[in-house]
Amino acid sequence: MKVLLVAEYREKALLETIYELNGFANSLNAEKVFFAVGYESNLPKVAGKLYLADAEKYGEYNPDVHKELIKQVVEKENPDYIVFSHSSYGWDLAPRVAAALKVGQLTEVVAIEDNTFVVPSCNAKLRRFVRHTPGKAVLTIQAGAFAPVVDSASPEVEKIEASAQAKLEFVGYEEAEAKSVDLTKAEIIVTAGRGIGKPDNVPVIEELAKALGGELGASRPVVDAGWVDHSRQVGTTGQTVSPKLYVACGVSGAIQHLAGMKKSDYIIAINTDKDAPIAEAADVLVVADVMQFVPALTSKLK
Amino acid sequence: MKVLVCIKQVPDMESKFKVASNNVWYEDTDLAYRMNEYDEYAVEQAVRLKEQVGDCDVTVLSIGPERVKEAIKKALAMGCDRGVHINDNDYYSKDPYQKAQMIAEFAKDKNFDIIFTGLQSQDTGSAQVGVLLGELLELPVVTTIVSFEYNDGEVTVKRELEGGKKSIIKVKVPAVFTCQLGLNEPRYPTLPNIMKAKKKEILTFEASELLKAENLVTTAKMAFPEKKGGAQILEGDVAELVDKVVQILKEKSLV
Repeated sequence: MKVLLVAEYREKALLETIYELNGFANSLNAEKVFFAVGYESNLPKVAGKLYLADAEKYGEYNPDVHKELIKQVVEKENPDYIVFSHSSYGWDLAPRVAAALKVGQLTEVVAIEDNTFVVPSCNAKLRRFVRHTPGKAVLTIQAGAFAPVVDSASPEVEKIEASAQAKLEFVGYEEAEAKSVDLTKAEIIVTAGRGIGKPDNVPVIEELAKALGGELGASRPVVDAGWVDHSRQVGTTGQTVSPKLYVACGVSGAIQHLAGMKKSDYIIAINTDKDAPIAEAADVLVVADVMQFVPALTSKLK
Repeated sequence: MKVLVCIKQVPDMESKFKVASNNVWYEDTDLAYRMNEYDEYAVEQAVRLKEQVGDCDVTVLSIGPERVKEAIKKALAMGCDRGVHINDNDYYSKDPYQKAQMIAEFAKDKNFDIIFTGLQSQDTGSAQVGVLLGELLELPVVTTIVSFEYNDGEVTVKRELEGGKKSIIKVKVPAVFTCQLGLNEPRYPTLPNIMKAKKKEILTFEASELLKAENLVTTAKMAFPEKKGGAQILEGDVAELVDKVVQILKEKSLV
């Protein structure tokens, strides 16, 4: 079996996610070929052939052109799988490549079992075991699902060119808003999830954070609804945290949230739903109504 | 201007799911259904665009059984002009390519200037249909948008990247956009608009009229994740639970 692994660059930096793809390929015992639109000065530490297109010339984000470049490599190498990280780059580009090759795509693969690919469903409450038609397929791999592997080697570089036209114009990057709260340094974080019900309940969660001497965090839906400032968001599009204590209040545990907090030393979740995915990451799950339990805990601590 | 919004009806994700007897999908009776969250942002953006440009006709489309008309009606009450229902009781066995192909078959001769979809559905989460639709119609596609500005045939959007970073993209219409959470604030339909929506047209096609592709991906089975048995589960009276948690915090030297 042969796999083509696609690396990503952002603002000239190589993203470390390529090493998770490397680990994934190793778990399949597959022959590996790499592809990147990147910079020769900053190559991944992997063993194997790397097809490199110049990011200065083709752009770090230019999916219509990147697709054509990958198509060329697929014609040369005939891989069984073309593998992307399930990232803003990967989920954007992967279906374009699948369409160009007229093959199926398996999105957000978390495991391989019984010769099928396992993908999450319904906010990871369920899993689907999916198969593709015989021949090639495109995969995106969930962040953190496969352990990263860095080789003590340099790739053998072969440069490639494309003549495709861009359909989009990349104007530039916009930096994340300056973080008024650095949750990455907090030792205790108490996070408000959608389960708190309404914005008026945020202070109740904040009170518990204060009583524990910690910071208030928030899940994405709570931030999107404007209940808590974005600077307090925990997850892939917010901050990645690793406090001593993480208390998740009414957080169901979407994959993107778990990715941002699962390295916490000790996790207490409060949720009415025993089956919520947060239970998989938590050390303790308190089955209770957040708005009954949290004020009671706060007053006891005081 | 002509705009198409593609939406999906999904179960409320707080539901208690059961695996269906066919073993490849969830049991879909006894569930509460709603519009896929990502698609609500897509509908809102389409209606805002209509409010901005005035002369604009917004079609909302959904694939699925009879019940998905409820989601279409909600979009009509939010301000879309007409509905298209692709009737498909076997919706769960269609792969993203087939869904995109059916929509492309409907859309190919309609000259939509802008097509909005959600970034992904909450139930299958493939994040493919919008992109595949654009590829099939040979239109530019921008995914994961968290802002949208239309000005005289050109659109400027921000795409959400990881860690709070964004990228700014310009594209000329016709084009397809997939919408990320937080793009806007989806409105609640008002009662007068719900009444008006009842008079709006919903065209129905049978999936078999539009489907021309074989599936490329099939579901072998659906199952619950194996419990790793990580969390200690505490249940009971709130006062008792508080005592237990305080004891744990003390044992772990966290208070």
